[in-house]
Amino acid sequence: MSRQVRHSLLRVFLANPLAISGITLVGTLCIIAVLAPWISPYDPQAIDTWHILEPPSAQHWLGTDTLGRDCLSRLIYGSRISLLVGFVAVGIATFIGAFLGGIAGYYGGKVDWVIMRLVDIMLCFPTIFLIMAVIAFLEPSIWNIMAVIGLTGWMGVARLVRAEFLSLRKRDFVLAARISGASDLRIAFSHILPNAIAPVLVSATLGVGGAILTESALSFLGIGVQPPTPSWGNMLTAGKDNLEIAWWLSVYPGLAILVTVLGYNLLGEGLRDALDPRSRERG
Amino acid sequence: MNLFIYFIRRLWGLVPTFIGITLISFFVMHLAPGEPMSIQADFNPKMTPEMRQRLRAQYGLDKPLYVQYLKWLKGLAVLDLGKSFAPDRRPVWDKIRERLPITLLINVLSLVLVIVVAVPLGVKAAVRHNSLFDQITTVLVFVAYAAPAFWVALLLMLYFGVDLGWLPISGIHSLMGYDQMPWWQKALDWAKHLILPVFVSAIGGLAGLSRYTRSSMLEVMRQDYITTARAKGVPEHEVVYRHALRNALLPLITILGLSLPGMIGGSVIFESIFAIPGVGQLMWTSVMARDYPVLMGNLVIVAVLTLVGNLLADIGYALADPRIRTGVQSDE
Amino acid sequence: MKSFKHILVLILTVFFAASGVADAADGGPDYGGAIVVGSIGDASNLIPMLSSDATSHNIAGLIYAGLVKYDKNLELVGDLAESWDIEQDGRLITFHLRHGVKWEDGHEFTSADVLFGFNTITSPDTPTAYAGDFLEVEKAEAPDPYTFRVLYKEPFAPALSSWGDIVVLPRHLLEGVKITESSLARKPVGLGPFRLREWKTQEKIVLEESPTYFAGRPYLDRYIMRIIPDPATMFLELKAGGLDWMGLSPMQYQRQTETPFFKKNFSRYKYLSFSYTYLGYNLRHPFFKDRRVRQAISYAVDKEEIIRGVLLGYGVVATGPYKPDAWYYNPDVRRYPYDPERARSMLAQAGWKDSDGDGWLDRDGQVFEFTVLTNQGNSLRDRTAQIIQYRLKQIGINMHIRALEWTAFINDFIDKRRFEAVILGWTLGQDPDLYDIWHSSKTAPKQLNFVGYKNPELDRLLVAGRRTFDRRERKRIYAKVQEILAEDQPYTFLYVPMSLPVIHKRFRGIKPAPAGISYNLERWWVPRNEQKYIMP
Repeated sequence: MSRQVRHSLLRVFLANPLAISGITLVGTLCIIAVLAPWISPYDPQAIDTWHILEPPSAQHWLGTDTLGRDCLSRLIYGSRISLLVGFVAVGIATFIGAFLGGIAGYYGGKVDWVIMRLVDIMLCFPTIFLIMAVIAFLEPSIWNIMAVIGLTGWMGVARLVRAEFLSLRKRDFVLAARISGASDLRIAFSHILPNAIAPVLVSATLGVGGAILTESALSFLGIGVQPPTPSWGNMLTAGKDNLEIAWWLSVYPGLAILVTVLGYNLLGEGLRDALDPRSRERG
Repeated sequence: MNLFIYFIRRLWGLVPTFIGITLISFFVMHLAPGEPMSIQADFNPKMTPEMRQRLRAQYGLDKPLYVQYLKWLKGLAVLDLGKSFAPDRRPVWDKIRERLPITLLINVLSLVLVIVVAVPLGVKAAVRHNSLFDQITTVLVFVAYAAPAFWVALLLMLYFGVDLGWLPISGIHSLMGYDQMPWWQKALDWAKHLILPVFVSAIGGLAGLSRYTRSSMLEVMRQDYITTARAKGVPEHEVVYRHALRNALLPLITILGLSLPGMIGGSVIFESIFAIPGVGQLMWTSVMARDYPVLMGNLVIVAVLTLVGNLLADIGYALADPRIRTGVQSDE
Repeated sequence: MKSFKHILVLILTVFFAASGVADAADGGPDYGGAIVVGSIGDASNLIPMLSSDATSHNIAGLIYAGLVKYDKNLELVGDLAESWDIEQDGRLITFHLRHGVKWEDGHEFTSADVLFGFNTITSPDTPTAYAGDFLEVEKAEAPDPYTFRVLYKEPFAPALSSWGDIVVLPRHLLEGVKITESSLARKPVGLGPFRLREWKTQEKIVLEESPTYFAGRPYLDRYIMRIIPDPATMFLELKAGGLDWMGLSPMQYQRQTETPFFKKNFSRYKYLSFSYTYLGYNLRHPFFKDRRVRQAISYAVDKEEIIRGVLLGYGVVATGPYKPDAWYYNPDVRRYPYDPERARSMLAQAGWKDSDGDGWLDRDGQVFEFTVLTNQGNSLRDRTAQIIQYRLKQIGINMHIRALEWTAFINDFIDKRRFEAVILGWTLGQDPDLYDIWHSSKTAPKQLNFVGYKNPELDRLLVAGRRTFDRRERKRIYAKVQEILAEDQPYTFLYVPMSLPVIHKRFRGIKPAPAGISYNLERWWVPRNEQKYIMP
């Protein structure tokens, strides 16, 4: 990418108010997650049964939960878990997707056929069904949850990368690399893949939001991140039974999920617009 | 005739996918620790090792895995998916069959709702690309997508069901007097019960489809023939709705087919919240109870339905776009 | 009320009853109307001896009837049996059955049905959890259609109470059929106050009054159980008028039902439930073999805190396996007030110290870390587990929590002894007999002493307690049993929760008693002008 192109990318991106708000939201959130131990007013796991379900007050800005724990601190620590789930799950999905998609697109033929059939097959299953089945058999630990969300979410990336490879593998720079004796792997992953980064980045950004939502759905079913670790999903689930008497229990985690997922989606869309050469022309 | 050949070819192309689906459904269950029979055998305190062996043989669990798979596949062909391990011991297909219609009904209705709302939104947003309207709808559809479904469901229930008392809270029809209602009252009763579930299952889908419509429209609007039409002085309104829209909507058919499994997956959540006895709940209860036959049956039936849905979408696409069936097909 | 004794409680809907307001009788009872009850799970099998979940037993209890039942004061009275004679030091019981009782299909009920039920429940081919009491029988016979006689191998105190509704089956429909394949599992034929009208899986079970019920038809026309998996939805449904009866959570009882709307439309009841919740240890596990460790944990867990924080005060501390208002309850046993210092020093004596300074106790290089299992969907137990987790963390024990679905929990973990600790509950029978839960002969797979507790002295007392009918003697025996259990702490006994049912005000004839409220469901009625659901 030339400096000029990069500059115009930035310009397009910055001209998009939604993308700006997206990156602001996501950035703030990451900062909160990193600073969690320093900015949380209380230990998120400290139980205090003398002060359960207290509404927001000067001591507890966002109130206390059913065990008297400080909701704000839990929300802050929950951001770590939610972001971790989002990033790792998407990381796994992107890695698998890029790898399989790359191989399919690069080699074509039978390899391509087999991998694409696998994509078709996986796309026929409701992912939540597969996740439920696997999590219920394994322990619902946070690592299992991230792994399974990742393992069932790579198909989109694989398709994107494959399409990119198909269009790029006959290009001059690939032929040049081949003539200079570079190995297949090297060509595929150090020459072609970087060119496919743009769509993959967009899809990964959108995927983080999706993974956070999936974790909250799993929490609703009771197989999400387990206590005492606070995740926004399990906080929201714990809050739903007390919707009428303790609105703060579910409203804040609900909003946190909403705002975060929204942030990632706006960011993703902004990236898409900025990186898509055609929309750039018009922008 | 061309279409017929296309159809046969597509159908043939689905065979490997179908086999893959059955393989995954079958083997996912065999990944689990312990074997499917254990629950049943363990239920009997007097079970001796010999009886256990006999039962294993009876269920064919002493055979190699591929033999078991082939046997299961043979059963699948005639919809004999075995018997549930739950204490009621009912045939799996009976259980799935009685749950499927309500889940499909809700999903079809919400799909219709999504299309009716999202497509016009997407078109408008594309026509007024980067306008305030575009940005507001973008934010709104993403908010709808980003809100956890069960939370929205409860809030709506609380407001419309309890506070306003307009809509029933849960279930699919009235408990009392339903049998005596004339048909139109029955339909009305169903409609009232289905408003919230359909709405909740639809709002998450708005974002995807409206964004897709928007970018598809933008894409089409850039094409030469649109420029040509504009240059020829065709009114903008006509350019958009007659020329561009039709072409932009074609790929949406495929998108709809692909969105099917996601929607059925969402059923797990809203069927549980709204107490709707559908496939999602069945899947959930069977997963939690480790009812392997129901689990495998459910996975395979839902996946095959999706496959059929995709096939129908493809055929619809082929009907609408002659390029496809004459073989000018891209790699994708 | 049921006569079977111990089921692990899965608190689905809390159905047992309360002390509360009784209605003044206004006019005579009217027939008609229906009651709609909420449950988070569906029934599984309506042949009572084959199911082990509370929902199935609740429904089956309205469809079937036993030879005896508990009345409102928890005394055994005749139901299908008009009377009985006890002879030979209690070894021989002769039941004299009612004449003219009909199954709902019109077939007459006779002693052959009881004998058939007995033979079925004791058959090794019947997958039932309730065979235990019946295996004590030496001989059962039906000399004539209205006489049923059982001879026990030895005097057996809980004998009479075991002849409840799980052992009465329609022989004419089941003879020659494998019970596990019988259609009665879904289409029961009973002789109780209600009969099954419709069962839509995972949606609802509709019972209607049975015209053939020997004690006269119930006042209510219908009993409808709706399955609403989400507890939050269930409460909203109650508020919106879609339910008449559900068990409230402490939170709902205390904070959500104090409104004018609720006071006008609903009656709330409150009383100590027939169950207790405990933290049970797998005594085969090297950590928990040591009594000092178990006692230390009992000191480290603040039971008062759990009752305050989770039950909001609607419950009492459990000191042993009985509820405090039972006649055999012994209050003078060792107690474990919250004392983390003492817990720490006891653990240190047992060799558990934080030698590497990481905050967790260790011994021989092994960290004190274990997983407690509990059943999913019970938010009270879930929060109890979290409080215990927090308190144990403070003394350096790392406890993980895993919630499991009921059947998988029982079949894959409890029955296979694949657990380190559990948080569970037991329902309490009316008889103090604890043989099945604590006797060392009951530790085999599938048996109820799943923690693997073995104590010869306790074994002896448990046997002695079943062999005598003398109340004073039994009270003395079971007082000792409670002392031993309190000292040994094979469980950390946590609490006896209160049942907090709420019922719509239009139902009359609800008379809270020691047995609760549901014992006379067939006598509940709705004044005609208040009947909400009119049957055609």
